[in-house]
Amino acid sequence: MTTEAHTITDDHLSRMERLSSIRPRLLSFARMHLRDNAMAEDAVQEALMAAIEKDATFAGRSGYETWVFGILKYKILDIMRHQKRQGRLQPLEDESDDDAVDRQFQLNGRWNDASRPDRWGNPDTLLDNQHFWKVFDACMVALPDKIARVFSMRELMGLSTDEICEILEIKENNCWVILHRARLRLRQCIEEGWLKGDSR
Amino acid sequence: MMMCKEATRLMSLRLEQPLTPREKLSLRFHLAMCGACRECDKQFTLLHRAGEKVRSDMEKSDQ
Repeated sequence: MTTEAHTITDDHLSRMERLSSIRPRLLSFARMHLRDNAMAEDAVQEALMAAIEKDATFAGRSGYETWVFGILKYKILDIMRHQKRQGRLQPLEDESDDDAVDRQFQLNGRWNDASRPDRWGNPDTLLDNQHFWKVFDACMVALPDKIARVFSMRELMGLSTDEICEILEIKENNCWVILHRARLRLRQCIEEGWLKGDSR
Repeated sequence: MMMCKEATRLMSLRLEQPLTPREKLSLRFHLAMCGACRECDKQFTLLHRAGEKVRSDMEKSDQ
């Protein structure tokens, strides 16, 4: 009995240590979604508190990091819903043209010479390259808020467009238009930072 | 005939839901002829994989 209680405490302690080691990762993830340092700090703080409070409910079926990450995702979505209800986010129904996207193409719909997509090289090498991720982060920050929000929910959080539409209360077609713009903007920004910038 | 801008719309849509047979055919036809769009398609796919990597890195255990 005593031994068992002791073991649980040790497990518990080691999980506390793991929480502090994954905190920076959680923070950078929250920042990418909320685009505000203070809000990201709050979300991570709440997620960590919840993980500590609910420690007994961690069943060990999934990895501990996966479980904590799940809590953080839930908190971020909660904040997003709250922002939506308070009307703190710009309206998403804007179907107007996106100049940054239009400039990549000629009027007839062909690529402009200056923005014609170039070869990026081996995808596996790229995804392991720290400089690539720096450029990726900078380009995410450069995206307009509403475009970044839909893109991060879809590609970073891995939600379906169905779920995104429900949370942000937008039409699915609108979601597709925004994702198309996000991808075109990101690819151009990354290409400029990656290939034409100081290549390392 | 489909132009590059429309082709990129379909490349993006393809990551969300299956295209209709007609859309598939016209995209395939365009990609066969347009090197720039083939690169763009690879870039969209890479952005998609980048997102998956962000998620899997989050779930990685340091231990």
